[in-house]
Amino acid sequence: MNNLRGIYIIWYRDVLRFWRDKARLVTTFVMPFLFLVVFGTGIASSMMRGAGDSDFDYIQFMYPGIIGMVVLFTSMMTGVSLVWDREFGFLKEVLVAPISRTAVAVGKALGGATIATIQGLIMLVFIPFAHVSPSVGGVITLLAVMFVFALSLTSMGILIASRIKTIEAFGMVAPLMLFPLFFLSPAMFPTQYLPAWLGIVVKFNPVSYGIDAMRQAVLGSQQSSMFGIHLFGFRMPIILDVAVVVMFGIIIGTLAIRSFRIQE
Amino acid sequence: MKKIIEVEHLVKKFDDLVAVDDISFEVEEGEIFGFLGPNGAGKTTTINILCTLMKPTSGRATLNGFDVIRQQNQVRRSLGLVFQDPSLDIRLTALQNLKFHAFVYNIPGTVAKRRIEEILSMVELWDRRKDEVRNYSGGMRRRLEIARGLLHYPKVLFLDEPTLGLDPQTRNHIWEYMLELRKRENITVFLTTHYMDEATVADRIAIIDYGKIIALDTPDALKSMVGGDIVTLKTENAEAAVVEIYDKYNIEAQYDGDDVFFEIQKGEEFIPTLVNNFKSGLQSISVRRPTLDDVFMKLTGREIREETGGFAVMKKQWAMRQTRGGGGRFR
Repeated sequence: MNNLRGIYIIWYRDVLRFWRDKARLVTTFVMPFLFLVVFGTGIASSMMRGAGDSDFDYIQFMYPGIIGMVVLFTSMMTGVSLVWDREFGFLKEVLVAPISRTAVAVGKALGGATIATIQGLIMLVFIPFAHVSPSVGGVITLLAVMFVFALSLTSMGILIASRIKTIEAFGMVAPLMLFPLFFLSPAMFPTQYLPAWLGIVVKFNPVSYGIDAMRQAVLGSQQSSMFGIHLFGFRMPIILDVAVVVMFGIIIGTLAIRSFRIQE
Repeated sequence: MKKIIEVEHLVKKFDDLVAVDDISFEVEEGEIFGFLGPNGAGKTTTINILCTLMKPTSGRATLNGFDVIRQQNQVRRSLGLVFQDPSLDIRLTALQNLKFHAFVYNIPGTVAKRRIEEILSMVELWDRRKDEVRNYSGGMRRRLEIARGLLHYPKVLFLDEPTLGLDPQTRNHIWEYMLELRKRENITVFLTTHYMDEATVADRIAIIDYGKIIALDTPDALKSMVGGDIVTLKTENAEAAVVEIYDKYNIEAQYDGDDVFFEIQKGEEFIPTLVNNFKSGLQSISVRRPTLDDVFMKLTGREIREETGGFAVMKKQWAMRQTRGGGGRFR
């Protein structure tokens, strides 16, 4: 019971801080806008000239990938927030309180996942630019997928932050994790035309399944079918994509809690 | 009286370094207990063990009757803590920081509301309760931390160097709160400091050096170890003065440059006698009561303020003093 209170208040504080920080809300728009409208348009227009595959709408394709990018990068901010709490001393106030280390880690992960999901939801304002028209069911599915996806990533952030104690070092390590995870996924390009070795790496990346699930939620399984991930010759349905993310989340979450308990 | 803290043979090792070296002591309920020693003496490590933030290598400790290793949650409920370094969320307001604390410590809403107002008024921050803490000065932040440490009615309040880096006025202010508080709430205060004048507010003081408790008593009893008041003379010829004092009064004085020092009971009564027929060109004379600085000096041969430079430097300074003045030096 006490640990539930602990989880709740840790979650509440992070969400409250996010809410008070209006600058963070605004800056959320800038990068996705650049990617979607500038980068997306540039790539789409050059592809038109090359292949001339008129059925393929690149901006529509990359839009769910951009949502994935936002969730991925803001989730990693949970790790940053933990390192900040340590650096600015607030973590000590939390650690000496009568709540367990596990509750602290879980609260932190849930708080970060909530923020990342909100940030992801904000991306829906770009729907008019993205040539998509998701159903209500699709948006609800997207919401659920985003949260599960974010939770596994915030756990990863906590795992890293429990080992890496300074902001500087975290700033070095986080991009080294984030960019491979992002680029080795179907976020920015369809993966079925990749060379075999690269295609295999993508299939080992858990982020791929999160992004694929989000794409299926936004575009519908029909529209997205040609770009999906195939395992053992089968197209991954959304439910299996989510299952992979959940598995990944459970493993990494357990490791994160363990690491946090030992380190702190 | 009830023992609120009991420590038996506590040891904490970090690899080769023995930070806390087999210490035992007890603190009584309602007491202000001071832990005094130079930086790195093991004060914070001891606090961290008592507050369940660190596990001891061996030995045992209880707080409010709860074992600090096996009954962590009960121990944590029983104590409030003001850390050496700041530990507030500076992005939140004072009120939000306190509400967070009240929630974590499971204080019912209505009680918490009353308590927050009471305690913020006491540290004179009630008017600023809706300001973000990052707009607070260092002294205000400290006061807020003390308020927070007290919020959940702890049995013991730990203050780890609570006035470090604050100006003297703010320091005095904070001590006024602490003394008022003790009167009002019968709280036990466990304090660490390396400011000597601060330690004198304590009922009992443990002097800690290199992880060991080298003395534990009331401030007055500790001061009486020094053996009287300290008389300082400035003379034209220090060596001659030392000889003269020895010949006349059989007192072994020491000197450092032009300054001559010695200890004597009832120093102010002795001065007229001394001055009356002093031959070695007396320029000035002063007498003062011994301080805890002198006690630390007497016990360790070092000054407590030598915080920087580590052991090597201290050893060198000590060696220099030996050759220069002969014996210890009081100041």
